[in-house]
Order: sequence, then C-alpha cells, then structure tokens
Amino acid sequence: MDYSDKVFDHFTNPRNVGEIEDASGVGEVGNAKCGDIMKIYLKVSDDGIIEDVKFKTFGCGAAIATSSMATELVKGKSLEEALKLTNQAVAEALDGLPPVKMHCSVLAEEALRSAIADYYRKQGKDPEALLGCSCDCSSCHCEH
Amino acid sequence: MNRFVYADNAATTPMSESVYEAMKPYLTEFYGNPSSLYRIGREAHRAIEGARKKVAAAIGAAEPKEIIFTGGGSQADNLAIRGYVKGRSARGRKHIITSKIEHHAVLYTCEALEKEGYPVTYLDVDSEGHVDLEQLKAAISDQTAIVTIMAANNEVGTIQDLKAIGEIAHAHGAVFHTDAVQAVGHMHINVQEMGIDLLSLSGHKFRGPKGIGALYLRKGIALDPLVHGGGQERGLASGTENVAGIIGLGQAIEDATGANLDEKMGYVKKLTDRLTKGIMDNIPYTHYTGDPINRLPGTASFVFEAIEGEGLILRLDLAGICGSTGSACSTGSLDPSHVLMAIGLPHEIAHGSLRLTLGEQNTEEDVDYLIEKVTEVVATLREMSPVWVDGKPDMSAACDLHHEHHH
Repeated sequence: MDYSDKVFDHFTNPRNVGEIEDASGVGEVGNAKCGDIMKIYLKVSDDGIIEDVKFKTFGCGAAIATSSMATELVKGKSLEEALKLTNQAVAEALDGLPPVKMHCSVLAEEALRSAIADYYRKQGKDPEALLGCSCDCSSCHCEH
Repeated sequence: MNRFVYADNAATTPMSESVYEAMKPYLTEFYGNPSSLYRIGREAHRAIEGARKKVAAAIGAAEPKEIIFTGGGSQADNLAIRGYVKGRSARGRKHIITSKIEHHAVLYTCEALEKEGYPVTYLDVDSEGHVDLEQLKAAISDQTAIVTIMAANNEVGTIQDLKAIGEIAHAHGAVFHTDAVQAVGHMHINVQEMGIDLLSLSGHKFRGPKGIGALYLRKGIALDPLVHGGGQERGLASGTENVAGIIGLGQAIEDATGANLDEKMGYVKKLTDRLTKGIMDNIPYTHYTGDPINRLPGTASFVFEAIEGEGLILRLDLAGICGSTGSACSTGSLDPSHVLMAIGLPHEIAHGSLRLTLGEQNTEEDVDYLIEKVTEVVATLREMSPVWVDGKPDMSAACDLHHEHHH
C-alpha cells in the first residue's frame, strides 16, 4: 500500500486516541464486518467550541490515520466549522490516500458528523435540520 | 535497537548462498543459448538436464523428462489445468473439481475456464481447512477431467490427504493435479506413491530464485501448450530457457529435500511450536487457524479479535518484523481472504489475521522477539479499538465463535 509519510506518521503516532468520559457527543460509524469502525467523542463548550476530541478506531492504517487527522482538524474549532470538514480535506491534509482507502476518509467525516448530531440531539435540537440527515451512519456502511 | 526478523517465508524465501554460487557461472560464463551447438550452449543444455534430474529425484518422478520447467508456480498451475482440459488426454471430458481454498493461480484459471464452458465444482473445506472427501466422491463422475487440489495451504498450512484424493480421481478416470508450491521442500512428496499425475512447484519457496518453477507431468499425459514458439520444454513452455534460474531451482530442491528435509524442517517445526505456544499463551482472544498437527512445519497462523490485520503488519514492520495478513484492507478488496472465509471464520474476526512463516534461517531469538513484539502490537491496537472494551472484545460475531470453540 502506497501511503504518504503523513499517513504513516498519523498511523504510527496517532493524535487524540482515547475516550472522553463525560462526552457532550459520541458518534460511531462503520461495522466490524467491513473491517472498520470509528468512534469519535466530543467535548463541546457552552459557546459551541470543540474543546476536546478523542477517537477509537478498529481498522487499517488509513482508518487510524484519517481518524487522527480529522480530530486534529476540528480541535478548537466551532461546530459550524467542524461541519464544513469534508473527507477530501482530511485526505488532502494527509497528502492524499490510495484510491481504495478513500472510504476511510469518508468514515472519518461521517464519524465526526455523527458525534455532532449526537451532541445536538442531547441539546434537544433536531440534527436532521442542521445536518441534512439523521447521521445514523452505523446502518448504512458496507458498500465501499 | 530493533532486530530484523523475516517471518514471511511462505511469501518467499531468501536465496541461499549455495544456490547463488550454483547460478553464477550460468549468468556470466555459460550464457549460451541451450539450443545452440557450440560449447557454451551445450554446457548450458547439459546443466539444465542435470537440474531436471534433481527435480525429478526430489519428488519421486519416474523419469527426468516428466519435469517441465516453467516461469514459476502460477504458470505451472495454468499449464496443468488449462493444458489438460484442452489437450488430447482429456478425451473430451470437461468437468473440473477443485477446492475453495486454492491459490488464485488455480481458482482464477478455473473461473476463466468456467466462462469458456467447462463446468467447475469448488469443494468445501472443514474448519481446519481439509477438503471434504465425501463431497469429492459425490461430485466426481465419468465426465470429470481433472481434480486439482493443493498439497498444503499457503495461508493456514493445512496438508491435504493427497493419496486419498488421487485414488478417488483415478477410480473415475480423472487425473489428479496438485499445486504443491507451498509443500515442496517443506514436506515429503513422492508423486508415484501419492498417485499424483501433475504437480506444480516454485523455486523461490525453498530458497531458490524467483521466476522459475516446474510442472511434473506423468509420462503419457498430453497437454495443450500455453505458449507457442521455439518448442522448448517439449513444446509446452516455449521460450529460451531461464538457464541460471533452472540451475538455481535444481540446487535449491536438492538442498531442501531428501535427508536435508527432515533435518531442516525438524528444526523449523520446533521454532514454530515455540512461536505458536508463546502467542497463544500471551495473547487472549486469539484463534489458531488450520490443522494443528497435519500442517506445514513453518506456518503459524492466527486471528486476533478486535483488531485489523493491515495495521498489525505495518506496526510489526516498524519493529523490524515481516509477516502477512488475510485482512480485506491488505488485499484492497471487500472481503478478507477466501481461505479464511472458507474455513468458516466470520468476517469480523478474519480481519484480524496474522500469518508468520518461519524458515531454516530463523533462530530461537527471532521467535522470542516475534512473541514479544506481536504481543505488544496487538495490545496497542486493541487499546485503540472501539470493539475492545474492558480487556474483552465487544463483537457479536466473536461471541458466537467463543461458544463454538467450547465444544
């Protein structure tokens, strides 16, 4: 597999691995059958800033690297900014991914959106209105 | 300070010094075309015939001319199967029987032939990877041309009952081909005693060079050639001979078989047993794959729950260890390896496979380093895994597996 140095760096020394016990939002996407699951934990401040973010990932080198990069990209950002993060941006930040691994960046984007949706739900807001879908991605991910 | 431990000997092996020395003169000094009449051509020709004798002796062939040199194991498999069903000896029979755990050189040849109108039966295997002989008996008929079953599996190491398969094939007038690419040099093979009509082997799996293999073709069987041309190798594998490769193959097979085999593989088996015990004792929620007894001496294969194999391989590489996995992510496809699926592993579990294959060049220190590092890396990846909770896997498929394994 032809991974960039940045992918190797984030796979070897992943940033923000772990869990947040009193997380404001948790999102999990993918399934074990496909070979990748990503779980993202968010700690959101009262004014909507992502103060802390952690992840746990079951998956290949690219899955771990994209989780790591996605968490780095949104840490300290507002939820609105975080929602603008695309899988392309995650892949680009890693200096690209092999074509067969692009789905890992999609998973990273979806895991993040799923965690944000969970946060909105806990706040009593309808995530569908804010995100355009329910972000229940765990059930729709074996077509990659 | 990292060691370097090559533990992927089923992928390929390091060429031995004796093979390298044997090949050298045929790269530099006797570079003549073996079909040429002058001395350096004749020397090359003579050396090829010497190597042919060595290969024939190593597998118990009746005559050296039953050995056809090919460009490797895959070519030998293609020539055997396609060449046979298209050739005169098939006498119009079209049915092919193979198994679900064959190498792709066999599986994809069969699939291609299926599209050309040759019916193929893919036999199931049990949880240890043994071909279902009752299913073979039920599937075979007087329309069956060839039964092609590998001698030993490349991923899980399970050895098949070749003699029994040969007897069933012959009882119905079919020939028996075996892909013995992983087996030659690692277990005793005698084509006459085992009732094998065609056998594929590859030099680089037992410390010979890459790009050279051979097909054993029992006397009296006529194949259709794959490559047409100058008529080399009895017209079945045309093209100027890979002289140095053939000499290297001859030297390697001589070094790896006969009395040398028991000595070398006895040593390798001890190492593998130590490795297997160390990993199974150290790492919980690990499953051993393949037949624990009737297996290749150097193959140790495992699945670790709650982790994925590609990450495992990359992290082991950082520790200086070369191993391999059947995870989907390593193959660039959706599914984990067809072998792990055929032995009935759930997808969820099969993603966490690791194959370590030892060779005569490995040491006990290598093995201890492998145990230490694999244990560390599996623990690190599990710490990162959302399906590893409180020191246990949290996967429904894994639960099923635990129940199955307690019978």
